[in-house]
Amino acid sequence: MMRDAKLWTWHVAAGIVILVFLGLHMAIMHLDEILGIFNPAGGHPIDWENVVARGRTVFFPVTYILLLGAALFHGLYGLRNILLELNPPAWLKGAIGVVLLLVGLGLFALGAWAAVASHTLATSL
Amino acid sequence: MLESKGRPNRLGLWGWLGGGRWGLERYLYTLHRLTGLGLLAYFLLHIVVTSSRAISPERWKAAMDSVTGPLFTVGEFLVFVAFAFHAANGIRLVLVELGWAVGKPIEPVYPYRTSVNFQRPLAVGAMILAVIVMMLGGLDFFVLD
Repeated sequence: MMRDAKLWTWHVAAGIVILVFLGLHMAIMHLDEILGIFNPAGGHPIDWENVVARGRTVFFPVTYILLLGAALFHGLYGLRNILLELNPPAWLKGAIGVVLLLVGLGLFALGAWAAVASHTLATSL
Repeated sequence: MLESKGRPNRLGLWGWLGGGRWGLERYLYTLHRLTGLGLLAYFLLHIVVTSSRAISPERWKAAMDSVTGPLFTVGEFLVFVAFAFHAANGIRLVLVELGWAVGKPIEPVYPYRTSVNFQRPLAVGAMILAVIVMMLGGLDFFVLD
């Protein structure tokens, strides 16, 4: 399979992962008054007590990291496709790929650290 | 992304922004890209802002206070709307991409049938789903909250 066809297949697969876990995230955060799930302390989903309660579990940090990786790949690969369709010169194509890869890796490192560190913090409280 | 095989996108941005006289799905394609770019911009900032939960409760509260207010509520709702559209249209795209919503190949016998007969109801269904999710979000954001 060509490299780009493989990347496109991963792009679609990442979309399915995002659909499941971002769907859950949106339901918890923005349909809280209707569904009221995973907010054991009541109040608002972003209240510190609810953040700690979710952070204590293994499920949320693990799925945050999974969602983080899938969403960064899906989004940045989609942006790369849009930019490459504008027919930039060859050197710029390479630069776009490198910059997006570095941005993706940097934000993945930050987000994964936050998921693990907040789990550690939550379990220590 | 596949190579353009010697037929470059000479229209540039207009090549995907302008729907021209194409059908509904062509406008969904443009909206899918626009909502995708919006969601990506929000997501990159969201990673940075929400990382404060790993430091202390005070830093988390300060971060959340900095993104609170009527303007941010409307902005968050727009992100929710973009998510609802992108997700519902994404389901449609995956079903078409995998060939499950295209219909089986048939003999070209009059009256002719096209794959649009399968895809158009799917597109309409996906948009109805998106609107239902948007309305639930609107209820939660502005009425119940």
